Amino acid sequence: MHEYISYIVLLPFIGFLINGIFGKKFSEKFSGIIGSSAVGITFAIAVMIFFEMLKLPVEERSHIVTIFSWIAAGSLSINAAYQVDQLSILMTLIVTGVGFLIHVYSIGYMHGDKGFWRFFAYLNLFIFMMLNLVLADNFLLMFLGWEGVGLCSYLLIGFWHDKKFDTGGYKTGEATTSDAAKKAFVVNRIGDFGFLIAMFLIFNLFGTLAFEDVFSRASAIIPIGDTTMFWITLLLFLGATGKSAQIPLFVWLPDAMAGPTPVSALIHAATMVTAGVYMVARCSVLYALAPASMEIVAIVGIATAFFAATMGLVQNDIKKILAYSTISQLGYMFLGLGVGAFAAGIFHVMTHAFFKALLFLGAGAVIHAMHDEQDIQKMGGLKSKMPATYKTFFIAALAIAGIPPLSGFFSKDEILWKAFSDGSVVYFIIGWITAGLTAFYMFRLVSLTFEGKERWSHDKHPHEAPKVMTVPLIILAVLSVVGGFVGIPHALGGGNAIEQWLEPIFKRANLHLATGHHSGLTTEYLLMILSVFVGVAGIYFARKLYLQNPELVERLTTSFRNIHKLLWNKYFVDEIYDATVVTPIVKGSDKLLWKGFDVGIIDGIVNGSAKLTAWISSWMRKIQFGAVQNYAMVFVLGIIIILGILILK
Amino acid sequence: MNITELFAIAPIISITIVSLIVLLVEALVKRSEGLSYWISVVGLVVTAYFAIATLPLIGTAFNRMVTVGGFGSMFATLFSIAALLTIILSKDYLQKEHANFTEFYLLILFSTLGMMLMASAADLIVIFLGLELMSICLYVLAGFLRKKVLANEASLKYFLLGAFATGFLLYGIALLYGASGTTNISFIVQNSSTLSASPFFWIGLGLLLIGFAFKVGAVPFHMWVPDVYQGSPTTVSGFMATGAKAAAFAAFVLIFLHPQSENSEQVKTVLAVISAASMIVGNIIAISQSNIKRMLAYSSIAHAGYMLAGLAAGNQLGKTGILFYLVTYTFMNIGAFGILSLLEREEDKNLTFDDYAGLGFKRPFLAALMAIFMFSLAGIPPFAGFFGKYYVFVAAINANLTWLAILGVLMSVVSVYYYLRLTVLMYFKEGDMQIEGIISKTSLAVLTIAALIIIQLGVYPSSILNIINNLN
Repeated sequence: MHEYISYIVLLPFIGFLINGIFGKKFSEKFSGIIGSSAVGITFAIAVMIFFEMLKLPVEERSHIVTIFSWIAAGSLSINAAYQVDQLSILMTLIVTGVGFLIHVYSIGYMHGDKGFWRFFAYLNLFIFMMLNLVLADNFLLMFLGWEGVGLCSYLLIGFWHDKKFDTGGYKTGEATTSDAAKKAFVVNRIGDFGFLIAMFLIFNLFGTLAFEDVFSRASAIIPIGDTTMFWITLLLFLGATGKSAQIPLFVWLPDAMAGPTPVSALIHAATMVTAGVYMVARCSVLYALAPASMEIVAIVGIATAFFAATMGLVQNDIKKILAYSTISQLGYMFLGLGVGAFAAGIFHVMTHAFFKALLFLGAGAVIHAMHDEQDIQKMGGLKSKMPATYKTFFIAALAIAGIPPLSGFFSKDEILWKAFSDGSVVYFIIGWITAGLTAFYMFRLVSLTFEGKERWSHDKHPHEAPKVMTVPLIILAVLSVVGGFVGIPHALGGGNAIEQWLEPIFKRANLHLATGHHSGLTTEYLLMILSVFVGVAGIYFARKLYLQNPELVERLTTSFRNIHKLLWNKYFVDEIYDATVVTPIVKGSDKLLWKGFDVGIIDGIVNGSAKLTAWISSWMRKIQFGAVQNYAMVFVLGIIIILGILILK
Repeated sequence: MNITELFAIAPIISITIVSLIVLLVEALVKRSEGLSYWISVVGLVVTAYFAIATLPLIGTAFNRMVTVGGFGSMFATLFSIAALLTIILSKDYLQKEHANFTEFYLLILFSTLGMMLMASAADLIVIFLGLELMSICLYVLAGFLRKKVLANEASLKYFLLGAFATGFLLYGIALLYGASGTTNISFIVQNSSTLSASPFFWIGLGLLLIGFAFKVGAVPFHMWVPDVYQGSPTTVSGFMATGAKAAAFAAFVLIFLHPQSENSEQVKTVLAVISAASMIVGNIIAISQSNIKRMLAYSSIAHAGYMLAGLAAGNQLGKTGILFYLVTYTFMNIGAFGILSLLEREEDKNLTFDDYAGLGFKRPFLAALMAIFMFSLAGIPPFAGFFGKYYVFVAAINANLTWLAILGVLMSVVSVYYYLRLTVLMYFKEGDMQIEGIISKTSLAVLTIAALIIIQLGVYPSSILNIINNLN
């Protein structure tokens, strides 16, 4: 069955070609069906492969399927090959499964848009690239997918390229979604640069880019704490911070919300942004050999989780809140990876994909119903107008808040527990506070949007979304509830199936990791109770404040004016980047590099040599005078020269 | 002669029969061009089939006059495909020029037969036979649009200089025969170390080399190329630039890259000098052309130069590189000339660079195809043209001809100017090209296939490399 993996990758690409080339002539329905079924069939094949893998004994589950020899140049030999194993099939299921639901949802959401077919073509292309990313068996193919999803992200953020877009004040003048797209692209370039350098270093060190070879060699010959390995893993992680929106490169994700909401759900919540997590997990062996990098991953993760959550507390744009929440949850995943709980990190990728996609799609339904209004201060009381959206949104909010037995509880708790037992108490405490903040801002969002008084003008008539949008919501809601059951910890009598499933992937890394001091069951129960408590407390305070005491909110805001201002402006990170990085580079490039160096020196040389060549060219063409006798004369001259060389040697 | 030998040269027999059928149809049927067109198309497909089927064969046939299978069959496949594409693209063109006559198809078929003979020759006489058959047909084809002054000029110039070159070639064969007592290629090549004592051997070899260099359009035997390509029917120019050039390169490879020999230093020097001169002259003069057909003519001189670099290298990689190059070059050049032929209008309209301004907006699909062909000709990845250049240059470096590889890369940079100039004009300038009349779906389909093959070979070069490397 695993041989069919190439179809998995190919189908979305065919979908992209069909819609991309002929889409203009298709009806909306047809475009939507082509786009969705390309991903739906892919998902079905992935499920079949998954079940076949389940039947196989553990050691036979991993396969490499070579499609063709891609590049062969000197000692560099790279195959276009896919690695089908426990980790990649799980990612494939998430990407295609959630992707399929979002495709279906988009049929309803994008209805009436003049770029309907283009939208589906891009979405299919994205799925194709994402599958290359997660299925690649070598760094280069992964990088192709990595760049490809970046491109799709760019195209889709700027999908409505002339639409106005609110930067939140850090940029003066009018901005359009193209600016947001550009920002995402440029920020990601910095990360990609790290990825590239890391790849060069890996090739230099091991002479190959294939995962299997690199990991087995690294495991065998590289000592723990090796300096080169530290730089490789750190640079790879720089790539991950770009793609997965971590400190210091997280700034693009909130702006990426300028794209259509299904895009935010698919790319900027469920799949692409988790690519960094996947990549670090895939390279777990390398990280295990570089403890210092792991420490950095954990610290960056927990810091991002915390700061993003605080920024989410005060935002009013429904999608921005979800964006900060995504950044924060990704931080949790990296915390898990950083303390060596790779399986827990991937587990959270999965549950997060369910509930965050659901939250975004729910938000999309709301925005749709409110005629493109995104400010939650201008919403309220939508509960009765949109019952299905409300209920599913509520479930997702409970899941992210970590209320048992919903999916978010198990994965987040697993990370916090591992952070405590294999990391440090500090990680746990900050993670624990963040969990409370998460519950708080999520229920602030729920309360302000769906409950309480209606704060919208009555020329709007909010209505429930059509079936094609609500059915995906319901399916995702079910997944958000039950999705965590695959990872019930031993302490609660479960088998932690997902950790067992992924165990062979991380076996090599775990060999190098010192996991020793296991705290007892009592501690585990205690921490669990603590985290449920903080989740419930967050929900309680949010509802108390925003439903019953809106005046108190006002008062709190005024008395903590400075903190509020700091959070409202997102710690001024954008402004700081603008002043320290963007402006000097722009000015420097403009004055010095462009007008001085480029125009003066480079262009001078280039244009000079071009002019010289053109001059020689116009001179030389005169030899071609057209008379056949002269042609023959040149011919004879040639003969004399050639025979001269041959005979005289 | 026996049946096995006949089967062994099945592609040659097949194309001969097809040619003869068309000849008869021409004589017996009135208004036969439609029928001949279809016979030619089907016949070429059948020939290509036979050529592929005979690929695994090894050895020689007919008293060591021709080699069978392998190399010759690969080229037979290439020639059949080139002829097929040319014929399909020509139909519209000839109707437009009011010159749709059966003779056209007949001449293309006969010249294809000549090319196949050249590529599967085991004897100098067969090479000469094939070369003459091919050339005479091409002289006529060059002047096929006989009411045009330029066409007459092209035909006459081509004939005069061609005859001139043939004289030298034949003289070279005679001298080699004189020096060695045989015209068998293997024998001459194997005994080259003993033969090389005689100056006649060197003169003979030199004249042979000059004869082929004329056919590939290498400097300084290139003077005919721009005038002939410009005056010939556009699709025929494409055919000359690909089929005829490939046939001459096949002959080159048969003698100068023979598996049982190694080129002496002076042959290597001569080839390297010709290669360098072709790259420089072709690319630099191409810059100042305003007529796209002439630009492509100079570009084809430059491409001959790149391929000669692989020949000068004289190693296995060079051979692989040339063959790969020829395959890709056939598709991109027939493609480029094909588009020219579709857009060309009577009295040589729509042939200058300026005419192509704004094509990207008016005919986005055609313009995209043209852009693909141009990018590939310029050698920009992921198109096939890149790998062709890559292999011949690497071969040159391996053969200690680093200077030639560097020159080649520099000249490729120069070539980017005139290839991209067309692309820039198509997409960034407004223009007022008049393209009335429909462009046939068949032609578009053929061009699309050519473009897809270029992309496929560029993304996945191993597909054809495996075949080339397994040739015997």
